[in-house]
Amino acid sequence: MSQVSTAEQIEAGASAFGPHVRVAIKNLDFFYGTSQALRAISLPLYANKVTAFIGPSGCGKSTLLRVLNRMYDLYPNQRAEGEVLLDGENILAPDLDLNLLRARVGMVFQKPTPFPMSIYDNIAFGVRLYEKLSRSEMDERVEQSLTRAALWKEVKDKLTASGLSLSGGQQQRLCIARTVAVKPEVILFDEPCSALDPISTARIEELIDELKHDYTIAIVTHNMQQASRVSDTTAFMYLGELMEFGKTNEMFTRPQNPKTQDYITGRFG
Amino acid sequence: MSEVVLSEQTRTKLAANADARVGHLRRLLAGDAAFYWACRIAAYSVLLLLGGIIVSLIVGAWPAIKTFGYHFLTTQRWAPSARPEPILGGLGPIYGTLVSSAIAMLIAVPVGLGIAIFLTELCPPRLRRPIGMAIELLAGIPSIIYGMWGFFVLGPFLADTFQPWVISAFAGIPVLRDVFAGPASNLSLFNASLILAIMVLPFITAIAKDVFATVPPVLKEAAYGLGCTTWEVVGNVVLPYTRVGVIGGGMLALGRALGETMAVTFIIGNSFPIKASIFAPATTISSAIASEFAESDGLHQSSLILLGLLLFVLTFCVLSVARLMLMRLETKAGK
Repeated sequence: MSQVSTAEQIEAGASAFGPHVRVAIKNLDFFYGTSQALRAISLPLYANKVTAFIGPSGCGKSTLLRVLNRMYDLYPNQRAEGEVLLDGENILAPDLDLNLLRARVGMVFQKPTPFPMSIYDNIAFGVRLYEKLSRSEMDERVEQSLTRAALWKEVKDKLTASGLSLSGGQQQRLCIARTVAVKPEVILFDEPCSALDPISTARIEELIDELKHDYTIAIVTHNMQQASRVSDTTAFMYLGELMEFGKTNEMFTRPQNPKTQDYITGRFG
Repeated sequence: MSEVVLSEQTRTKLAANADARVGHLRRLLAGDAAFYWACRIAAYSVLLLLGGIIVSLIVGAWPAIKTFGYHFLTTQRWAPSARPEPILGGLGPIYGTLVSSAIAMLIAVPVGLGIAIFLTELCPPRLRRPIGMAIELLAGIPSIIYGMWGFFVLGPFLADTFQPWVISAFAGIPVLRDVFAGPASNLSLFNASLILAIMVLPFITAIAKDVFATVPPVLKEAAYGLGCTTWEVVGNVVLPYTRVGVIGGGMLALGRALGETMAVTFIIGNSFPIKASIFAPATTISSAIASEFAESDGLHQSSLILLGLLLFVLTFCVLSVARLMLMRLETKAGK
């Protein structure tokens, strides 16, 4: 699949939806030391839409996600080339304020990562980094965030308990609440359900569906059904390249690329 | 018919095999039992040794306990050659031991944690190995060398520069004026504490470095992902996650500081009276024993052994308190 047709697909996707492009990835290359993990990736993330990234392990989906909040910057020898525009501003610029960027682009990880502190503080911690809220305002924000993450009813009587005392699914929702609490613009989900049971998975999928009314969402998943259920647009990646990008329902019913067809029908991957 | 013959032959053969196997197993069992008892005796001998040491300490200290009773803990005077009866009190060395260790920990814990945080979170990979190795080499220096260095280099340096500056800086302030009072001295409680701090630093750093490395990278990424700075990640995620290990390392270092003998004996000045100023000479339990034991006899020697027993109890208490704190922390963390 040549780059030209990918670019055309992007244009087509954009005009089909006509929505606002929140994040524009342009000609992105990524390197782990000398090995190249992403090759000339170009695609948009639309505001208030869910974009799913699918593809076999090692195809660069998670790497792409980690570029969007510059998480790779924590590690030496990892570098990105190209442009990623968040509301028109290049987030790969070297003088960018990383802490501010990461507040604008939240991330939920594969494994639940509650901090070693109380449930309340898990939420309040991130908020305190940027905002000075009074006690009552903070209480309100914590309740709001936990309610958004469909966790409030389960934890409202034990906000002082350790975040680690919750079950896996609850911990993951706590992490989503924590991400929502700092009011980001974009939320990245890196296989958020791969460590969860089907019921917890369903709740989190519902949650993602609700969250898209307020946020731009990108989700990496290995689960085809999940991608087709939660996403509006899908990007299929293979060996560090973007093979196909378009509306989810179209891609799952009429994939343009034979590789995509093979992957979503389970012939490889 | 041939089948039956064959099977009988086989049966005798099998029976012979089984006998051989049982014999072999028996020999193995005997070996097993020997191994079991060897291990068991090795383990019990530790208890026996510990008990033996405690008993011999108590027996040796008994004359002093009988003569001075609890006054030994409240008396500062140490006059082994007083007439008609020697007057011996352990308050000076006990005070010196506790205060020198406390000051050493006050200095070594923040510095040690700082080094560990730098090495695990901030340090460029090129520098990580050299600094880490330097810390480990620091742990390998024999304490007598620290003592000589303290006596010939650090002590005079502190007495010439650092101490006069601090003394004049706090001259007008009540309480602090007495804690940091002159005259500056080559041999002092503070100098000994500083040497102790340098000696326990590698312990704290090494343990803290190891436990910091156990923090899952994804947990740190989650904190960075919220927009935390490195300072905030360390303070709110790394330290809370590892506090049990960090406290354990601190207690191990404290245990070493309490018992350290040679280096302290060189530079503390071996003076029994308690002074308010940390720049005055003092003594610790182990340095008192080391410097006097060879020439002591009778009640004097018994008192030194009693000091040893007290050090043993002190160290035991520190370790027990550490254990209790760790247990309470663990229940609080809900693990």
